[in-house]
Amino acid sequence: MEDVRLQEGLSACMNCGVCTGVCPAAEFYNYDPRQIVTIVQSRDDEAIERLLKSDTIWYCGECMSCRPRCPRGNTPGYVIQALRTLSQKLGFFVESEKGRQQLALKRTIGESILATGYCVHPKLVKPEMHPEQGPVWSWIYDHDTDLFPKFSPNYMKEGAGAVRRISDDSLQELKRIFEVSGGMEFFDNIERHSERKAREMGYESADQSYLNDVYTTNSGDHH
Amino acid sequence: MKRSSWKEYQKEIADDRYYYARSCIRQNFFPGSEAAFLDIMRNDLGKDVLDDPLHTSCTGIGYHSDIVPLETIMTVVARQFALMTAAGYENFTSSCITSFGIYTEILETWHEFPETEARTRENLFKATGREFRIPRNIAHTSDVIFHNREQIAARMVHPLMNVETGAPLKGVEHIGCHYAKIFPKSGIGGSEFPYVLAGMIEAWGGEVVDYPERRHCCGFGFRNYLVQANRGYSVANSQKKFASMAPYRPDFIVCNCPGCAMFLDKWQYTIAEMEGVTYGPNGRGIPVITYEEMAGLVLGYDPWQLGMQMHQVDVEPLLDKMGVKYDPDAKYLGNNGKLIGKPEQAVVNCCSQERTYEVRQ
Repeated sequence: MEDVRLQEGLSACMNCGVCTGVCPAAEFYNYDPRQIVTIVQSRDDEAIERLLKSDTIWYCGECMSCRPRCPRGNTPGYVIQALRTLSQKLGFFVESEKGRQQLALKRTIGESILATGYCVHPKLVKPEMHPEQGPVWSWIYDHDTDLFPKFSPNYMKEGAGAVRRISDDSLQELKRIFEVSGGMEFFDNIERHSERKAREMGYESADQSYLNDVYTTNSGDHH
Repeated sequence: MKRSSWKEYQKEIADDRYYYARSCIRQNFFPGSEAAFLDIMRNDLGKDVLDDPLHTSCTGIGYHSDIVPLETIMTVVARQFALMTAAGYENFTSSCITSFGIYTEILETWHEFPETEARTRENLFKATGREFRIPRNIAHTSDVIFHNREQIAARMVHPLMNVETGAPLKGVEHIGCHYAKIFPKSGIGGSEFPYVLAGMIEAWGGEVVDYPERRHCCGFGFRNYLVQANRGYSVANSQKKFASMAPYRPDFIVCNCPGCAMFLDKWQYTIAEMEGVTYGPNGRGIPVITYEEMAGLVLGYDPWQLGMQMHQVDVEPLLDKMGVKYDPDAKYLGNNGKLIGKPEQAVVNCCSQERTYEVRQ
């Protein structure tokens, strides 16, 4: 792998386990970043391929709590980022329940970035999809045009301010950046492999029904 | 000695002329906080801050959800720097902790692997025709408030003290993982001795709660919240923090990161609804505020002008302790004073739950 995050994130791990001790994902899931680092360090191609097709690499929350605590200055979180990138490039991500969720992330966050210029936008946080947001958020969601202008002169309009409408020229530049730097190809690759897997799983395509499935399915086998 | 360990992690914070990059999450959930930052900086402190409509998201949530490649986010960040350069500014300040972590990480990557900077410059020029200079100074907006904490203290209207007893209010501060865990030297106090918010609390009359899980993640975990099937991870990590801080009876939680502020607020609601458990006094939740709101209250801003009605856990218990005057009827007014109804009641605010978290006496 040529990923700079792998070069920066891993050298001569001594397997002390501090990363696992402080890891929020290790506490919640059947997950052990130390084991992942051991496998990558082993350069065992078969074991690495199994990892790339597994749920395991998708448990990390990328909080980077492992980074400042490692006595060797390694970052298992960077190793995870490099593995996830590779798993998607090779199309292996669709072989696990957690990996298949990348389609939901591309269709929500990814498409929001290109359409609005924001990762998150008030209308993306639909109360029915986010019951944990509670009644105050529902109230805000229903009355956004009455409420946001109290704090922003240009809510959903061009100009400066919170949740302004980002100009077409800026959005065009953002899209060009995605095209030139490989972001668009990465999105297309997620779609292509998800389409293949959806058909293999008996869906007509990677349609809304497949998307709902990957967004909500939890086998309960992760703990 | 430990109390002064934060001093080993100092950084330069520019004093004026900032290019301001907004945060996706902060402007969505706490738009009043971003407005307050600009008001405080410009009107109370007389600083020059450019709120440039041309910048976009840094795409950081996409990057940490692993759908946006490293080369792409580097080029988006380079565009933000190009906009700053074109506007004639050299000091970059970011409202978002995820973005702040990304800016520091990318600058470090360019320094360590110069070929990545060259490729980014090429990509940016090809895509937009733009060029950029590296910022002279990068700070999170809380660094900037920390830098001005004594000037704010000098104009203080409501100290962080209980008006009835005169005792300092107890604040839990949460700096957010990406503020200093990626590069401890980029945060005041580093990741182990966080002082950016603690310094504000102390300068404004409050007391900082030092509790066991102070440095634990709020539980966002990017894909672990963004995908519905994974949200158990997120609420479980927040729950771990609440259980650890509750015995110290904090009067409020103040957050550096907009995501953390949102999660520590909303997960208290969820836990109260699901299990009837709350973590504050009198069977209520612990108010969660942003540092802009904290600074605004201290300076005498109206809480509804700060946007504190957008929090799920009611902030009134904190306002009452501080002696902040507010109009309860104005809380749910929309723009131009229009009444827009009220949110439904929630267990976390109505004290009607059967059991509360057992607070150690």
